Amino acid sequence: MEGPAPLFRMEGVSKRYGGVRALEEAELTVNAGRVHAVLGENGAGKSTLIKVMAGVVAPDKGRMTLEGREVVFPDPASALEAGVACIFQELSLIPDLPVADNIVISNPPKRFGLIDRRTQRRIAEQALARAGGEDIHPLAPVKDLPLSRRQIVEIAKALARQPRILILDEATSALTAADVTKVFAVLKRLRAEGLALLYISHRMHEIAEIADECTVFRNGRNVATYLAGTKTDNEVVEMMIGREYSHVFPPKPNVQPDGKPPVLEVRNLSWTQRLREISLTARAGEVVGLGGLDGQGQRELLLALFGVLKGVSGELLIDGRPVPISSPRSAKSKRVGMALIPEDRKTEGLMLPMAVRANLSFAALDRLSRYGIIDRAAERKAVEEMVRLLAIRTDGTDIPVGSLSGGNQQKVVIAKWLMVSPRIILLNDPTRGIDVGTKQEIYVLLRKLADTGAAIIFYSTDYDELIGCCNRVLVLYDGAVKRTLVEGEITERALVASALNIATDTREPSLAPAVGA
Amino acid sequence: MSDWRYRLAEQRGTLLAAGLFLVMFVIYVSNHPAGFTANVVQTAANKGVLLALVAMAQTMVVLTAGIDLSVGMIFIFTSCLASYIVIGSTPLALLGIVGVLVAGLACGALNGLIVIYGRLQPIVTTIATGSIFYGIALWLRPQPGSSDSFNSDIADFMTGQLPGGVPVSLVALVVIVLVVWIPFRRSETGRAVYATGSSEVAAYMSGVAIRRAKFVAYTLSGLLSALGGLYVTFITYSGEASFANGGTYTLYSIAAVVLGGVSLFGGTGSAIGAIFGALAFRTIGDLLFVFDLEPLWQPLFQGVVLLLAVCIGAARLFQVRNRLDLFA
Repeated sequence: MEGPAPLFRMEGVSKRYGGVRALEEAELTVNAGRVHAVLGENGAGKSTLIKVMAGVVAPDKGRMTLEGREVVFPDPASALEAGVACIFQELSLIPDLPVADNIVISNPPKRFGLIDRRTQRRIAEQALARAGGEDIHPLAPVKDLPLSRRQIVEIAKALARQPRILILDEATSALTAADVTKVFAVLKRLRAEGLALLYISHRMHEIAEIADECTVFRNGRNVATYLAGTKTDNEVVEMMIGREYSHVFPPKPNVQPDGKPPVLEVRNLSWTQRLREISLTARAGEVVGLGGLDGQGQRELLLALFGVLKGVSGELLIDGRPVPISSPRSAKSKRVGMALIPEDRKTEGLMLPMAVRANLSFAALDRLSRYGIIDRAAERKAVEEMVRLLAIRTDGTDIPVGSLSGGNQQKVVIAKWLMVSPRIILLNDPTRGIDVGTKQEIYVLLRKLADTGAAIIFYSTDYDELIGCCNRVLVLYDGAVKRTLVEGEITERALVASALNIATDTREPSLAPAVGA
Repeated sequence: MSDWRYRLAEQRGTLLAAGLFLVMFVIYVSNHPAGFTANVVQTAANKGVLLALVAMAQTMVVLTAGIDLSVGMIFIFTSCLASYIVIGSTPLALLGIVGVLVAGLACGALNGLIVIYGRLQPIVTTIATGSIFYGIALWLRPQPGSSDSFNSDIADFMTGQLPGGVPVSLVALVVIVLVVWIPFRRSETGRAVYATGSSEVAAYMSGVAIRRAKFVAYTLSGLLSALGGLYVTFITYSGEASFANGGTYTLYSIAAVVLGGVSLFGGTGSAIGAIFGALAFRTIGDLLFVFDLEPLWQPLFQGVVLLLAVCIGAARLFQVRNRLDLFA
């Protein structure tokens, strides 16, 4: 594999976030004039890898070399200077500045100390042309461009820096097929010009088309590097899965149709370009999982159900009757009884400086008040019951919730919504960044809630959880439901394959991982 | 779309503020008993330039998505300082003027350093430093007054008229725009200020020098406040440590900035818009005067105009599709 002098090499790079290993002794070699694809499922360490290379995250240990010389990137600016340009997913464009200003942002051309706008315009036009964005006006503010055009501007911006290594992180995820064809033509030309390209994508057919070599990551380690085209899709999926640990899950009872209409039914739900014709049902006692790779519309779907998004089309039925949900307030009303456990507990779920008690009772204040005055005794009683039920480890209920551990904070978020006895519970990746013990308590709790008649929609980036907790899993891809897996069909192989939107043979028994046995 | 339409869209806030000011000013002079004379314009310019300079100062910080509540106090402090050191012969007085401006720069730089390295919120930082600046002003001038050898020649010239009746204060404002604002707007640091205010994360990821941008913004804010302070001393021949004036100028500078189309969220707008915003805001008061309304109505009337202007600016929020974006 290794040429005589690799352009870039990283060795033994490790990075931990708290107790979570994001990268473990990772190795990667990138050669000039090659397209190197990086594959891996959610949480395999791909994004941390890129962040280390782009100077956004400092690794705990390990070394990186550029043309044999050791390099350290304390910030993005120094990585750029060394010739490593990264195209993030719409993260690095300045919304209020025009396209041309954005393209030259890190090193604008100057005359007499001031920005030379004529040269800037020329550079911007050239870069846009190279990136296949001739139709984009250099003076248009970035915030007015549609997502696919912004992605082109990102590419143009990276090219204007004359990089030697170009990292594309899901750079095509917002593009139409016609745009992808254009971008690929550009990338192939860049490869011919001697650039090294690091291509991160979950679209297998794109990787097959453009990659020269591939590296598969799993659990923060690079598990295999191979020449493109030497492995079948089946073999690649095989390398991506295979976990080191398995959770213990409570048994899943079968939910039989009982003749009653489902608690929640959604028909043809669409929102802008992000959600397409999604239909789903959830019966009392069911845990319905949302699977797929990160960012395929799962979060938006939960927000749409909870009344956060405007301009949602489609039908929503509660107990078989159409109900409009126009805001989180109407979603939580008694008639609907919906609760959303948000993804980012620190900003959307909790008021960190406020007391545990106040946080717990927020959603249920109307039930704990008489004539608008909070009944303190009733509040205290309800809160203490919740703390006991969920075994929240806290030093009394009057301390700020921010002083609890992450797992206990998450329990407070869940308990807060349990206090309104919801019938429909939406969970947005509730166990992310939580210790294993608390995770298991949350699984038991979910099942208990379902057993008492709640319908649960559960989005998780952890495939084990979907397998262990869900009665059914809807796999989303590009804002649409690609596949519905029921009971025994929910296997890691099937989840990964449908998340990548490729067809693999799921009936091959010898390869199916043992789950829940 | 062609180039000019984009440039026009970029300057929309500035043009609206200019239009608002022109309409109000025309109404004002056409109803003024004396009409459109050099003296009427001179008085209006002298009054307007004070708030215009403080509004420019505010713009610098607001562009970084911060807010500077010390501009009014730097304005008061430098005015008191000027009443002490702009003295003697003209060369000596010019040296004093430089001293006043350096003091303003230092005040702004202090704000910048605290915000950048102390990581304190701009609003708290500038409330605290503003109090300090006011304290120094009060120590300098417990009673309003000026030095006996105050150079009133420079003051008279700076607030007078050029041949042809053009007010010098207006010319000075144009010169300040040309010397301070335009180069800033076209410099790499100026762009970094806009980028930082628009999205600090994206600016960081793009390798923009965020700290330098903020430091320059706060420092220039101090300088522009000091220019305002200098001017108030030119007009009154004295320095007065008036807490009420300091507070009023601070609050009005924010109003002027908003009227001028500068977003309080940072990243968009122009100091030129803020100047027109300041002039328009000033003219509201004058309008009440020519229509013989009670001066007591002035705050109410100014408030209504400001509220209407802000409502127009907020109309775009109706287009938001994800309600979580409303809080972002």
